Amino acid sequence: MFARTIALAAAIATLTAFDGAVAQTTSQPPDTMAARVEACTPCHGNQGEGTSDVYFPRLAGKPAGYLYNQLLAFKNGRRKYPPMNYLLEFLPDPYLQQMADYFADQHPPLPPVAASDASKDVLQHGQSLVSRGDPQRQIPACGSCHGPALTGMEPGIPGLLGLRPNYISAQLGAWRYGTRTAKAPDCMQQVAARLTEDDVTAVAAWLASRPAPVNVAPAPKGTYVLPFACGSEPD
Amino acid sequence: MRSCSPILAVWLLLFAGSSAEAQTKSGPDSLVARGEYLARAGDCIACHTAPEGHTFAGGRAMPTPFGTLYSSNITPDRETGIGKWTAEDFYKAMHYGRFPDGGLMYPAMPFASYTKVTRADTEAIFAYLKSIPPVNQRNREHDLRFPYSNRQLILGWRTLYFSEGEFKPDPTKSAEWNRGAYLVEGLGHCGMCHSPINALGGTSQSDAFKGGLIPMQNWYAPSLTSNREAGLGDWSIKDISDLLQTGVSMRGVVYGPMAEVVHNSLQYLNDEDTRAMAVYLKGIAEGSSPPPASSVLPTSESSLLVSLGKTVYDKHCASCHGTQGEGKPPHWPPLANSQSIEMQSAVNPIRMVLNGGYPPGTKGNPMPYGMPPFAGLLSDNEIAAVVSYIRTAWGNRGTPVSAREANELRSAPLN
Repeated sequence: MFARTIALAAAIATLTAFDGAVAQTTSQPPDTMAARVEACTPCHGNQGEGTSDVYFPRLAGKPAGYLYNQLLAFKNGRRKYPPMNYLLEFLPDPYLQQMADYFADQHPPLPPVAASDASKDVLQHGQSLVSRGDPQRQIPACGSCHGPALTGMEPGIPGLLGLRPNYISAQLGAWRYGTRTAKAPDCMQQVAARLTEDDVTAVAAWLASRPAPVNVAPAPKGTYVLPFACGSEPD
Repeated sequence: MRSCSPILAVWLLLFAGSSAEAQTKSGPDSLVARGEYLARAGDCIACHTAPEGHTFAGGRAMPTPFGTLYSSNITPDRETGIGKWTAEDFYKAMHYGRFPDGGLMYPAMPFASYTKVTRADTEAIFAYLKSIPPVNQRNREHDLRFPYSNRQLILGWRTLYFSEGEFKPDPTKSAEWNRGAYLVEGLGHCGMCHSPINALGGTSQSDAFKGGLIPMQNWYAPSLTSNREAGLGDWSIKDISDLLQTGVSMRGVVYGPMAEVVHNSLQYLNDEDTRAMAVYLKGIAEGSSPPPASSVLPTSESSLLVSLGKTVYDKHCASCHGTQGEGKPPHWPPLANSQSIEMQSAVNPIRMVLNGGYPPGTKGNPMPYGMPPFAGLLSDNEIAAVVSYIRTAWGNRGTPVSAREANELRSAPLN
């Protein structure tokens, strides 16, 4: 009897252990996009809200078409940043679209505006370029494409708020030096080529000093007419 | 290829259940289809197509320790491609590494492996390449440093490292093993990376599949024969097949340059060929494991590192890879009892922590899970600590690594 009890106990123990092993090997990561894009979070934040690194942008709430264009550009090397090029190189386009949709659907609050160390003159120059441009130098106002509230337009034009000055000036620089390119006509490349270093500093400082508007959502497609053709925002 | 997939699907439906018949059909279409399949197995596209370039029009830059080579246009354009080549010319290129005029090819073209491909298979690949749209794109001159720009040097390389000859089946092995050997050693040209590359850019026969650091890429291609590296002796055939075909398996996932191979080539191989490769790869693993390597770090430094490593691991890694390194395979790979983590070269685990990565998106795994890059979050010391920890915890028999090794790999190229 004792021996049988021992045998039974051993059998139960074995079964339990076996169950445990099975449970362990069949345990799967959550079948969600959130789990699939964890690779993005150290640099872009858990919900794409950005991190303390001033060169890594917020992704949350940007138009899905814009995010998809960027993912494709990184995958194909059209936009050069080796850590991103490397991560995306072997991912299928439909999957990149899902990643873009995921981050476009995230709506964490915009970060509080950080105090700007730019001078009053610099900020004023920035404000002037952002809201009026410089017709003499054929520089359009940022708002003429990125919207009067600077929140962008579906499907391909991103909002400009919630980004830090270092990121904005790095991107304007990347267009000028050709490490960031987009489909022709590459409108941002044309605009950035007309900006001086001082323009870039001023625009970046002014944009980063803007408080969040009540509605941060990008305007629906076709809300306003662009001043010139842009490959990223097809008609 | 993506735009062809509906056609392919129809084709598959039509021929469902009669693939054997389709393979033995002798019409020109089936020859072209077989050629396309074999061109996939040879991963021709990886080198002969530039990023965003026309398929097979060449022009891809291939950095080597000797300078930059540019791949050639292999579309049937008569002026700039292989439109004027005969089937015999193509066989000479694949089998002997020679151009139609007798000139020598640089061994970046893996003719030392392709020489094993049968004439019938070579002709099928040629028929396929003749069937694709011609692209008029002139080949770009190679940019090699003196003295490597002298093609006569290739003669010396060939004497040392090239032995011409089609694959000879081993009659003592099964047909499946031989099919796997034919694919791995021939079209698969696995030895190009998974063999130590010496200063002359060659691989000697006795070192075949013994592993090596891939020049210019700074990824370590593990040995396919040692069970302490990527030797697959104690893997099941299913796990090996899953890894090759989908990029993920219950034992581990592919990353680095191997992700490209699965993405462009292996995911397209049929179940029979995948299984044959698995059988062969399992078969060439050596029976006994060599003893674990000893660490170059002093013991006191190692134990400090490992204890910091556990702290880093629990904070950043355990949520996916588990407190005991068990992971949630196949998507979150196990780290305990993982050859990739334990093997003597710590290059790959360090780089995975620094750079993160996604396994390739494949038909079998179209939405892979990714590993975050930690280069920006962790210091050299923390990277070394956590890699030392995972290499020695849970019965793993790897050795600790130094902060200097971690630091050096921060500048490793990413593409």
